[in-house]
Amino acid sequence: MAEPKTKYDRQLRIWGEQGQSALEKASICLLNCGPTGSETLKNLVLGGVGSITVIDGSKVELGDLGNNFMVDESCVGQSKAKCVCTFLQELNDAVKAKFIEEYPEALVDSNPSFFSQFTLVVATQLAEDSMVKLDKICREANVLLIFARSYGLTGFVRNSVKEHAVIESKPDHFLDDLRLNNPWPELKRFAESIDLKVADPVAHKHTPYVVILVKMAEEWAKAHGGALPSTRDEKKEFKELLKAGMVAIDEDNYREAIEASFKVFAPRGISSDLLQIIHDSCSEVDSNSSDFWVMVAALKEFIVNEGGGEAPLEGSIPDMTSSTELYVNLQKIYLAKAEADFLVIQQRVKSILKRIGRDPDSISKTMIKSFCKNARKLKVCRYRLIEDEFSNPAVPEVQKYLTDEEYSVAMGFYILLRAVDRFSANYNSFPGQFEGEMDEDISRLKTAVVGLLNDLGCNGSTVTEDLINEMCRFGASELHAVAAFIGGIASQEVIKVLYISIPRTQCQHFTGYDGAVDLLQVKSFITSFSGSGLYIVESRVGMQMQRVLVMFKLCDIIDV
Amino acid sequence: MADSTVQQSRSRDLDKLLLRPGNLVAPTFESGVQLRDDLQEYARLLVIGAGGLGCELLKDLALSGFKNLEVIDMDRIEVTNLNRQFLFRLEDVGKPKAEVAAKRVMERVSGVNIVPHFCRIEDKEIDFYKDFSIIVLGLDSVEARSYINAVACGFLEYDSDDNPLEETVKPMVDGGTEGFKGHARVIMPGSTPCFECTIWLFPPQVKFPLCTLAETPRTAAHCIEYAHLIKWDEVHSGKTFDPDDPEHMKWVYTEAVKRAELFGIQGVTYSLTQGVVKNIIPAIASTNAIISAACTLETLKLASGCSKTLSNYLTYNGMEGLHIKVTEFVRDKDCLVCGPGVLIELDTSVTLQKFIDMLEEHPKLLLSKASVRHQTMNLYMQAPPVLEEMTRSNLGLPLFELMGKVSKDIVLVTGTTSKDDKKTSCLRKLCLVFKGQDAIIDMDMAVGA
Repeated sequence: MAEPKTKYDRQLRIWGEQGQSALEKASICLLNCGPTGSETLKNLVLGGVGSITVIDGSKVELGDLGNNFMVDESCVGQSKAKCVCTFLQELNDAVKAKFIEEYPEALVDSNPSFFSQFTLVVATQLAEDSMVKLDKICREANVLLIFARSYGLTGFVRNSVKEHAVIESKPDHFLDDLRLNNPWPELKRFAESIDLKVADPVAHKHTPYVVILVKMAEEWAKAHGGALPSTRDEKKEFKELLKAGMVAIDEDNYREAIEASFKVFAPRGISSDLLQIIHDSCSEVDSNSSDFWVMVAALKEFIVNEGGGEAPLEGSIPDMTSSTELYVNLQKIYLAKAEADFLVIQQRVKSILKRIGRDPDSISKTMIKSFCKNARKLKVCRYRLIEDEFSNPAVPEVQKYLTDEEYSVAMGFYILLRAVDRFSANYNSFPGQFEGEMDEDISRLKTAVVGLLNDLGCNGSTVTEDLINEMCRFGASELHAVAAFIGGIASQEVIKVLYISIPRTQCQHFTGYDGAVDLLQVKSFITSFSGSGLYIVESRVGMQMQRVLVMFKLCDIIDV
Repeated sequence: MADSTVQQSRSRDLDKLLLRPGNLVAPTFESGVQLRDDLQEYARLLVIGAGGLGCELLKDLALSGFKNLEVIDMDRIEVTNLNRQFLFRLEDVGKPKAEVAAKRVMERVSGVNIVPHFCRIEDKEIDFYKDFSIIVLGLDSVEARSYINAVACGFLEYDSDDNPLEETVKPMVDGGTEGFKGHARVIMPGSTPCFECTIWLFPPQVKFPLCTLAETPRTAAHCIEYAHLIKWDEVHSGKTFDPDDPEHMKWVYTEAVKRAELFGIQGVTYSLTQGVVKNIIPAIASTNAIISAACTLETLKLASGCSKTLSNYLTYNGMEGLHIKVTEFVRDKDCLVCGPGVLIELDTSVTLQKFIDMLEEHPKLLLSKASVRHQTMNLYMQAPPVLEEMTRSNLGLPLFELMGKVSKDIVLVTGTTSKDDKKTSCLRKLCLVFKGQDAIIDMDMAVGA
């Protein structure tokens, strides 16, 4: 037997032992095992998810062989759930795989409590009415839910999670936590012990830029009544001073100092995102609060007390030109401060736990450490219920994007993906599903679209004829490549929701949510890609890009 | 519903896309049974790489209406592949990837024929690549992409107005992933940028200055690279370091630990040592699935016209939320690889040997050890020895005569070029014009003007 660690090496390098363990503890339920569902699970089984339960009531037909790799000739006429499950088990014997031959829609209606045994449900190819029902069931049972659907050359993935608290958000670009704009006494003392004007040229070019900047900022502040450079001219002047400190042109450390000088100018204190989180009503904790919010409460206390307006220090520093000795000493100073901050937070966590009647040691040291290290990057996402999205649509946005040059196709498919379910509820088949009724289906779908837009309150808006025709041409087909694309995204979302989220506590009574006012960020996402060479995906997190912001407003709107 | 099962076929879902007319399709799209059958019968696809992307690509293409596939990969299956390369099992470890992947897909998708090639991409004759309708790349190295790109662009011919001749265009679809990120792109040599036009998209590899490694190490990676690049050679004179030999890796790890202790540096682990030395790119199943699916869709759109193709570069980032962005890059008109070729003027008396020497001096090329091909003929081959011997006598002959006394033509040259002190094999397209024969060219230009 190969060591599982070796087998998972390439993914452990991304999500580490903690992520792997979250994956291995998860039990996942799949609804419908067409290619979209099968491909989603395949990616998770390979990664070593704990257990899977495949639910599908259909038998394998000849047509399934053309779009689903998990079934072959020998499967025709047999339970699809069984065949897919058998194949998936072959991929990884560490995964517990089982199947239930039953139609998901029936299960949703007859046995809602069935779903509460799972960590997460992946619901594929479900029509709207079942989605709405399942969404409520999972929300109440606090089971994570991800919808995925492939439809011709389009489709969507949609997360539905009451709250997704992210500790290790691992953003791509995030400023390192050097505190150059607000150094603590030990760092200042260390900088003071070093002479920038050292005569030895080797020592001069190996003084780390952190030291250079702390000293220069200190000097500046002394000369400017305690203030740091803030105007454009002052910043320029500060950089000139840095340049003047160079004794040779090849001094990389001074070049790095000039490049990093903006870190001295950066405003002190915490970001507005973090401010929003610590002021969320959930940070007023009680015995029902999750570990995450208990730690947020401790963080809040820290920031106003010991932190002096700052979050706990992250503790790591980037590589920089330096002598080994100075670099290692600098590392130790940052690490010591981070450790001290952690101990304070840990103490605060313990007393909060005690106060709310929980075991003071019930949140592990590792967890608190990770929380402290990532405190500046915390994210909280809350998702609207699908029902809310349907009953309370954001009319101005829908109208705006239906006519937007770049997004009209994506918005059009959003409307059409809903319209086909209305169509199917009326006519017992999807538009274009069978040959010979194309013209009639096109006009029926057009009627369904107009009806839907009217119900949404978007009177006068339309979806283009071309898109309506295209949707009928798709005829509810589930193409393998599209299913693999959508399934791939769905499995990535599963991993993100599982591993970046904090383990949920035994207390699962989240009640009293009262709509938009309290919500920090309410996001879901729809993937919509058409055949027109267009791939537009909207995002769940990541507010920096206007276009992304725009996109996730498409289907799920509550303003922050 | 009973009716529907009777008329069902294996291509139930794909038929909707291929047999029905549409409004949002490519201008070339001709829906119908003929199109479906032609895709099955005539479209021949080459998948390069049978790893994380390759396994997915073979499955996706086999289930997207293609029946004639070939796959080329030089690697054998390793345990670390199993978290994503779903066609392989533990008992396959050590077997050639291309062969196992081809066999598994053929077992499950009947009617599909996949020919595996267990070899390096450079081992194949250039003409091998000419036979395919589309080349799909599932690679993890810049060098391999560069090579295939040059081969495919080498087939491209231009008319006298420097417009690409359609029948010589060899389309490529390229995918790549790293962690939660990836890209998919469509390359139509001559009209969209080729790999070399946008080579800047690949950031240069991080390399530590040797003096940092030797004198002022600060990070765990510095200690590891010291053991790997400096200490190894000091201790094992002449013995090459083999990253796949666990004994070698352990030695580097032990030395790195010693050095880290000496300097008080934290963080050297065996896993990090492997990562740094082998430049391991983290890889997960889901991203490979997404990117391969996008590549397959583009391949299907290119081959059938059933929808408009991606124009021309898609980036995927699932790390923070989900971002997909499509960028339309533009060609580099002077691209050495996909452009009309480096123009070289020669006297009709220049011998092949003289020509090969000139290439070494040519400022744009700096190409040594050149092998030269003209159309289907090897004018001179450096290797293998048999071919070298056979073509050696050409060296003394004038190139003009060897090329059939045409006034202007393309030759393909392979050889090595040095970039940043590192020798890499390369393939270049040269447009040779013979002096004194330019009357014809002048006429061409006159017509063009």
